[in-house]
Amino acid sequence: MRAAGGEGSDPPAREEPAPALELRQVSKLYPGTPPVTALDGVSVQIFHGEMVAVVGPSGSGKSTMLHIMGTLDAPTSGAVLIEGVDTSSLDDDALAAIRGRRVGFVFQRFFLLPGTSALDNVANGLLYTGTLRPQRREAAAAALERVGLGARALHRPNELSGGEMQRVALARALVHQPAFILADEPTGNLDSAGSKAIIDLLVSLHDEGRTIIVITHNEEISAAIPRRVQMLDGRLTSVGDERVGTP
Amino acid sequence: MTATAHRSAALPPSRLRLAEVVRVGLQALATRRLRAALSALGIAIGIASLVSVLGLSESSRSDLIDQIDALGTNLLTVSPGTGFGAGDSSLPGTATGTIGRLPTVEATSAIYAVDAGVYRNDLVPANLTGGISVYATDTELLETLNGSMAHGAFLNEAHRDYPVAVVGAIAAERLGIRDLEVPVRVWLGDRWVNVAGVLDTFALAADLDRAVLIGDRAAEQYYDVDLEPAAIYIRVDRRYLDETRDLLPATIDPENPEEVEVSRPTDLLEAQAAAESSFTALFLGLGAVALLVGAIGIANVMVIGVMERRGEIGLRRAIGATRSHIRRQFLTEALALAATGGIAGTLLGVAATYSYSAVQGWRVIIPPEAIVGGIAAAVVIGVLAGIYPAIRAARMSPTEALRSD
Repeated sequence: MRAAGGEGSDPPAREEPAPALELRQVSKLYPGTPPVTALDGVSVQIFHGEMVAVVGPSGSGKSTMLHIMGTLDAPTSGAVLIEGVDTSSLDDDALAAIRGRRVGFVFQRFFLLPGTSALDNVANGLLYTGTLRPQRREAAAAALERVGLGARALHRPNELSGGEMQRVALARALVHQPAFILADEPTGNLDSAGSKAIIDLLVSLHDEGRTIIVITHNEEISAAIPRRVQMLDGRLTSVGDERVGTP
Repeated sequence: MTATAHRSAALPPSRLRLAEVVRVGLQALATRRLRAALSALGIAIGIASLVSVLGLSESSRSDLIDQIDALGTNLLTVSPGTGFGAGDSSLPGTATGTIGRLPTVEATSAIYAVDAGVYRNDLVPANLTGGISVYATDTELLETLNGSMAHGAFLNEAHRDYPVAVVGAIAAERLGIRDLEVPVRVWLGDRWVNVAGVLDTFALAADLDRAVLIGDRAAEQYYDVDLEPAAIYIRVDRRYLDETRDLLPATIDPENPEEVEVSRPTDLLEAQAAAESSFTALFLGLGAVALLVGAIGIANVMVIGVMERRGEIGLRRAIGATRSHIRRQFLTEALALAATGGIAGTLLGVAATYSYSAVQGWRVIIPPEAIVGGIAAAVVIGVLAGIYPAIRAARMSPTEALRSD
């Protein structure tokens, strides 16, 4: 009930809100001879407020699953539901709207625009929502403050360390208040100090009630995360304990 | 469905305000200034050459047209034609009289060849004529030809009966006459002749620039003069120019009208104007080729840009950009490149036209259609050069784009 907690008028008859994210028997085949099965009948539910680590050897389909969770890629079969909405019935533009408003991405590479200040890079997280520039910047300033980079708002990416750049990218993923954040190896390009800062930040964001899904090789990260989803050869070998991690 | 699900289904679509489309497009160029400047330069050169070719040809043509208007297009020249058969043909001695009777003729002047050479002094051997001809003429010639004097005065009634000469512009140079501040004489035939005036060049009767003119009555008295005119200059009522032109041969020589050649000297200048406009077409073609090369340059830079910026494209798709947002972004970039080039090129072309026209002393005319056309061409080029890269960027799958390099 917590996820819909803001809406006091919820009918009392409803016992469960829809998961923030649900995969139902999702498979992904890449054409070829023979076709490559990247995902094979994956089903998982992730609820609002959960923090989930997706672990598994490389090539096990983690990134493919994350792309499909974020509607960047479509499954060959099965269904992806975001806040209860079946995305398979949506066209490309509607999927773009979901990504722009309900999903926050963090990638191993930071994908910051060169020559653009940290503030404007974060504000770009709201660019395609039609929010006006002053409001975008206002929200961006708050998000930068949240990741501890309020003082570096006007620095350009080439003036920031790797860890700082990833925090800017994380702020960009937060700025539009998404339903969940998908992080693909967020510490993959960082040194240990930078990694630590990102892990601490993700954990504290989770503590604030945000839903976070992290792909990682990093033992330290997966140890810090309450729920672990394990993958091997495109299948889930463990979906972890649902809701264990919800605060 | 739950309340949250309902909220998700009713998500407003992604949107990018027009001002943002422009900002996003320009921002990418601002971070790659040198590359942007170089690719815009190609277009600038093409547009500059188109604008300056149009401007210069218009300016030079207007100069020619001014000349033609000043000279008057109603002047006809009659000369002996080549006719049929052997031997030179000639105009009948009565020609000026019969022409004068045509009601549409406003003025007539004739020149008659004089069999004499003209020299600086009596010591020059007779065969060194310097290519100068001597003609006898009437006092009306200057007015009929709309000519003017560089120095002194033209022949008038007072010296029509005396051996006094007026010298053409080139003839004066060859005879060493600069001005008439001190009295000047030339050795004409077998006697000294005073020079009354030096003519400016005749645009419509270049033959007279190499001639020395003497009064007709004096010529008869002192020299051996042809009875048949060497040329007759006729000013005609503008409205009946063609009709008069058709009538002239039969009027002058009813027996052998084919031996009379009537020409309109301004036709030559008009032909010159036409020749220049065919050159203009050639240069315009070259300008168009330069533009095409510029367009290919922009397309090339855009394609490279799309390949280099796959990560950015993937990220934009991840933060909510639709395919059409990506397409518009890259189209805007190409347009901005071409438009920058177009505006710079137009300014460059206008500047070139101004400076060259100033050197030539022409009136500067820059056809507005050259400016509008130049910028419009740049915009069209921007769109054409941008379409393919933009479509390519928009079609890229977000996961491919994010996985790149």
